[in-house]
Amino acid sequence: MFGQVLALIVKELLAVLRDAKSRMVLIGPPLIQLMVFGYAATFDLSHVPIAIYDQDPSQASRDLVARFVGSPTFHLIAMLRSSHRIDALIDSRQVRLVLVIDRRFTRDLLTARPAPVQVIVDGRNSNTALLTEGYANTILTDFALAWQQAHGAPPPPAVLDIRARYNPTLSSRWFIVPGIVALLTQVVTLLVVALSVARERETGTFDQLLVTPLRPIDILLGKGLPGLLIGGFEASVIIAAAVWWFDVPLRGGLLPLYLGLLLFVVAVTGVGLAISSLAATQQQALLGAFLFMVPSIILSGFATPIANMPTWVQDLTLLNPMRYFLVIVRGVFLEGDGARALVPQYWPMALIGLASLTAAGWLFRKRVT
Amino acid sequence: MIPGAPRRLAGLLRKEMLQIWRDPSALAIAFVLPAALLLIFGYGVSLDARNVPVALVTQRPGALAASFTGAFAHSPFFRPRRYLTIQRAERAMAARRVEAIIWLPSDFARRAAAGGDSPIGVIVNGVDANDARLIEGYVQQLWAGWLTRQAEARGRPPPLALAVQPQVRFNPAVDSRDYLVPGLIAVIMTLTGALLTALVIAREWERGTMEALMVTRVTIREILLAKLVPYFLLGMGGMAASVMIAVFLFGVPLRGSIWVLTGASALFMLAALGMGLLISGFARNQFVAGQIAIITTFLPAFILSGFVFDINAMPAAVRLLTHIVAARYFVAILQSVFLAGDVWSVILPNALALAVMAVVFLGLARAIARKRLD
Repeated sequence: MFGQVLALIVKELLAVLRDAKSRMVLIGPPLIQLMVFGYAATFDLSHVPIAIYDQDPSQASRDLVARFVGSPTFHLIAMLRSSHRIDALIDSRQVRLVLVIDRRFTRDLLTARPAPVQVIVDGRNSNTALLTEGYANTILTDFALAWQQAHGAPPPPAVLDIRARYNPTLSSRWFIVPGIVALLTQVVTLLVVALSVARERETGTFDQLLVTPLRPIDILLGKGLPGLLIGGFEASVIIAAAVWWFDVPLRGGLLPLYLGLLLFVVAVTGVGLAISSLAATQQQALLGAFLFMVPSIILSGFATPIANMPTWVQDLTLLNPMRYFLVIVRGVFLEGDGARALVPQYWPMALIGLASLTAAGWLFRKRVT
Repeated sequence: MIPGAPRRLAGLLRKEMLQIWRDPSALAIAFVLPAALLLIFGYGVSLDARNVPVALVTQRPGALAASFTGAFAHSPFFRPRRYLTIQRAERAMAARRVEAIIWLPSDFARRAAAGGDSPIGVIVNGVDANDARLIEGYVQQLWAGWLTRQAEARGRPPPLALAVQPQVRFNPAVDSRDYLVPGLIAVIMTLTGALLTALVIAREWERGTMEALMVTRVTIREILLAKLVPYFLLGMGGMAASVMIAVFLFGVPLRGSIWVLTGASALFMLAALGMGLLISGFARNQFVAGQIAIITTFLPAFILSGFVFDINAMPAAVRLLTHIVAARYFVAILQSVFLAGDVWSVILPNALALAVMAVVFLGLARAIARKRLD
């Protein structure tokens, strides 16, 4: 019995890997996506174009301007001589931030009154706006504290000592690249599995398969395991690329990571097989896979946090296997989580896998008879 | 032109319209797909951190410490939880129950009274770097506000030498949905525009009806035009539906004029349909056409258009690459027209780029179609 299932697995792998077009779909797009996502998908700001309108050219204001010029976050493109260009520069998106140093700047500094500075930010991209404002505030606060210290003013009663755990430089690549492991594993596994039964049905070889002594459960195994193998292989390649190409630290062990990967791929395989059993043609299978994939990526926490979603959407994400696996890859990569800490992520995936495989088996038998 | 051309064109157009009307899949791609995607994305995608669970550790309670931690309870950004020791708070962070720890050491009040500069420990979970930065920003704001109130209460001079007046233009509430939803429209319309034409024409090839059309006297230009016009109208219909959802369901302000929006959408739709025609010229079956459409239009529009990831932050090589993504120009126009109004210095150059892309894609599609006929 086992030999027959093995033969089916080999046949299935050959069917996927021998066709140049499907080989392309398995190798080309994931690699391109890894590179594009890895390099382009970043929330880190650098070279934000800014303009400064210094109404009080003085030693103090020059110090402040120098702090902005010296920051790698900002790129000064214009020193303004009057206020009337501010609107045009912001409106046309030539600059994202304008710093206006008030005429009373030095005078107020010297008389221990808060010296007015205005920070005008382009809010069309609200996330960039918030981050830009945050960077500018940090520079301004540092300047204020340094000035007070230099001029013998009393320091504020308390200061913040901010540290970031697990990702000290707050590089968003460390966040995105482990996420790609989950993203691409899901895409590849789902495509392989979802198209497998539908392809046979379209070419008519499915009936031939049914007259063999293989039981439905064997066929299901033979269809599911290749997806598991290919998904696992693809994930390993991306994990290697994350560690050696993108230099993301892998702080945890491989065991908790691969345990999560196994459960994740099983869950996705179950979903893929269910789609495949429902679809009559490859196109329907593809559409079904797409309909599952898009919401599952958007609602997984891959790019935007689940905690920001409305409560009913958050409840919906509990059904999404990718949500759990994302926590596992990021936990193992960055936080060095062990298997015990990840149990709350493992069991829901196991449950989803069990449910989807049962559903697939049931749908499958129904289609067979 | 050969005599009888207008009549032939009219006949072809009628045929396309009937085909669309009788086969619901084109209508589904034009209306149901954008609406469904916009709803999923619109509800699912948000970058605003609100109600962030944060651990407060006060090792020696007192009036000063209470005034600082009290500020967290009143902030809409934080949902504070109290922990007795830093170790317990650390464990809560490792278990992802809190995203940040605010730690007031036991000598907090003493050092504040003695010389100032008493350190407040702020530990942020940096795994989600973007979220961590936003949280840091919120804590800093809270701290600055607290310092000012403290000084006022004691009749001391203001604690910070600067008075920063922030001003966020166009989106004073800094609501991420207001900027994400217009961008989403561009991403979704890229997909539907290209899918519409690519899939529909690939299907004609698959069924052999394209050859049937070609043996008649109609010219290739007439075939393309007859494909373009109805799908252009469908795409614009989907666009209108998306704008309505954005304005009426998500409450995104539309500050520019509807005419600028329509004009820019028309240019963009031509570019997207041109892209679809081009794809269908290469791929003659629906599976491949669908794959290419998703990989060459949807993913770049998502990642490289500046809709969620800022183009300024990308490496130079990737920034260069974004110039051939039509959605990039449309996203820029949409974000301005929705949030800022008719800003001609943004609209004109981007509309020009869209027009150039539309001409190039349609021209290439035309050139390829001719070659295939020979």
